[in-house]
Amino acid sequence: MTMVPLRLCVRRSDPSHPLGTDDAILMTVTVPSELDVVEHTVDIVSRHCLACGLSLKAVRFNLRVALSEALANAIVYGNRLDPAKSVHVALRELDRGVEVYVQDQGQGFDPNGIPDPTRPDCIERPAGRGLFLIKELVDDLVFNEEGNSICMTLHRA
Amino acid sequence: MTFTVSNAPNGVVIVSVDGQLIVANRNELKDKVLEALESNESKFVLDFSSTGYIDSSGLGVLVSVSKKIREAGGDLRLAGLNEDLRMLFELTKLDTLFKICDATDEALDSF
Repeated sequence: MTMVPLRLCVRRSDPSHPLGTDDAILMTVTVPSELDVVEHTVDIVSRHCLACGLSLKAVRFNLRVALSEALANAIVYGNRLDPAKSVHVALRELDRGVEVYVQDQGQGFDPNGIPDPTRPDCIERPAGRGLFLIKELVDDLVFNEEGNSICMTLHRA
Repeated sequence: MTFTVSNAPNGVVIVSVDGQLIVANRNELKDKVLEALESNESKFVLDFSSTGYIDSSGLGVLVSVSKKIREAGGDLRLAGLNEDLRMLFELTKLDTLFKICDATDEALDSF
């Protein structure tokens, strides 16, 4: 199996990345639409979030779960595992914490169209918990208008 | 190997999950359970004491196999969930759907 490498840029401009020319961006990662890269990508972003002063618990649990879910959604539902498409991840440091961006090259979706999976009539559904977990575990969540990019904010304790 | 199937003396099938239960391997767990159901096994313990992470797809497959086991007249226990994994079940309210035990021995004794 041929492994497609991640493209990681730390503290330098990457004009090919959607957020790569923003001076406040600490790092960007461009990943192929393969589920095998999720864990490695989360590890890379986690290390930078720890360096930004997020607590170990917030990084180990909140960030790990939220970013893993966002990446899997982007790869599977956004890019539909299309090897010609990539997922762009960026980390921005704020005074109060970090923003993590995940953007795919899909058509986007309406996040308000996903029902609450904890509702009694939804609890036995096999899908639909990823976005719910992200909402529960980050301090703020914003989608772009197209619905193919999310910005997750995590605050320092 | 991520999933190991063994049989306890009291006729309970134990499926141990080593590592992660995620979108990339969830169907393997489903296949193991369905295979055992087809062999007329009915009591299951899923042992997560060596599991570091379960993603939403993994949670989804647990919901799915739980339903299959129930429809076949069987019963299921989850055991060995660490603090973070328990939190995932609590956040998603799946702790209300599953019988969750602290340890595998406790789960085996509960049938």
